[in-house]
Amino acid sequence: MAAKDEILYNHNHDGIDRRGFLQCMAWAGTGAFCVLEGGVLKSYALGRGGEMAEVAKGELAFVQISDSHMGFDKPANPDVVGTFKAAIDKINALPVEPEFILHTGDVSHLAKPAEFDNVEQILKSAKTSEVFYVPGEHDFIGDEGKQFRERFGKGSQGSGWYSFDKKGVHFVGLVNVANLKAGGLGSLGSEQLEWLENDVKHISKSAPVVVFAHIPLWTVYPEWGWGTEDSAQALGYLKKFGSVTVLNGHIHQTMQKVEGNVTFHTASSTAFPQPKPGAAPSPGPMKVPAEQLRGLLGVTDVHYKRGQHALAVTDSTLG
Amino acid sequence: MKLKRILVPALVGLAVLVALSAGAVAGEKAPGKEITIDNFSFGPPSLTVKAGTQVTWVNHDDIPHTVVSEDLATFRSRPLDTDESWSFTFTKPGTYTYFCSIHPKMTAKVVVQ
Repeated sequence: MAAKDEILYNHNHDGIDRRGFLQCMAWAGTGAFCVLEGGVLKSYALGRGGEMAEVAKGELAFVQISDSHMGFDKPANPDVVGTFKAAIDKINALPVEPEFILHTGDVSHLAKPAEFDNVEQILKSAKTSEVFYVPGEHDFIGDEGKQFRERFGKGSQGSGWYSFDKKGVHFVGLVNVANLKAGGLGSLGSEQLEWLENDVKHISKSAPVVVFAHIPLWTVYPEWGWGTEDSAQALGYLKKFGSVTVLNGHIHQTMQKVEGNVTFHTASSTAFPQPKPGAAPSPGPMKVPAEQLRGLLGVTDVHYKRGQHALAVTDSTLG
Repeated sequence: MKLKRILVPALVGLAVLVALSAGAVAGEKAPGKEITIDNFSFGPPSLTVKAGTQVTWVNHDDIPHTVVSEDLATFRSRPLDTDESWSFTFTKPGTYTYFCSIHPKMTAKVVVQ
């Protein structure tokens, strides 16, 4: 049972959690810290507590939140406003203030104006004022994302893709919830892929790249639509980079995978959990006893230190 | 034996009356059909109906779904939240594959004869 503030799947030096530790031990085979560095899992002997201050002074810190589903009011969580506020409180309490927030989509539950308004209003209480968004499929209900782009898509193209740079790290926001076809998975489309190829062409291969999109860009569980049909092509354009971090949402649980220089990570929702792949008849909202809910919701803290290959990704729960 | 001679024609007559009246109540149109949405699935996944039938979809999931024809043009429901329903009357024969535009892995079809 996760205690308040217990860190789950901590990938940097400044904490370790039971579940992540055990999983990591299975990988490394030793009683040690596990760190993702340069896309490779490395183990360090316990006792390098001094590293904590080093990471805390990391040169770029930001936060990923996801799947706030503002407007949802069913038994799995009748108070998504409360849990979203708890997520913002969590962010405000981080030892290193993040420079910005990435919201990986399903901001709203039904793409209603009041739902978007509510999220923006609550985010005003975050000390961090800069927020970047990519849409989820719920944000596209009814108008294929028109409202979403009006509110959050300044400078974006097509269905809402864009890129920006922060302290030498190149960020790419992709949209894989537009023009979904019957029976299909998430989809990027040829126009966006062409843009991506050109966008990263002249970025130095030593620059870390962070790609964020709603639906996972790796195949988590196709039976439930947890994957993107044409993500392989996108990842192909990123092959030259020494460090690629892919941040996604959609599945309402944390999951990670390392493939060469690419670290894939999905965030928890701030609204409701969903079952593990295949563990239930469908991927719908999962009702748990009230006291367990916040332990299954969370935010993700990401640090980049110049000179270090990999980004340090830390998940923490809301309670 | 005498009873049987009266009973059988009477029963046949009754059966004919019942059949006629059923036809009269329904008129030219076939009665409406329902498709339920449960656990991210349309039930039944294939429904055969007569032309002129009104089909009603009801969502029993705790997440909204839509009902959209594969060609994106023939029919498209508003988003249906829990317990909400939407109807469409199929007038032309054919096979209509449809899906949920929010969760595109959900597909099913209506076959109109």
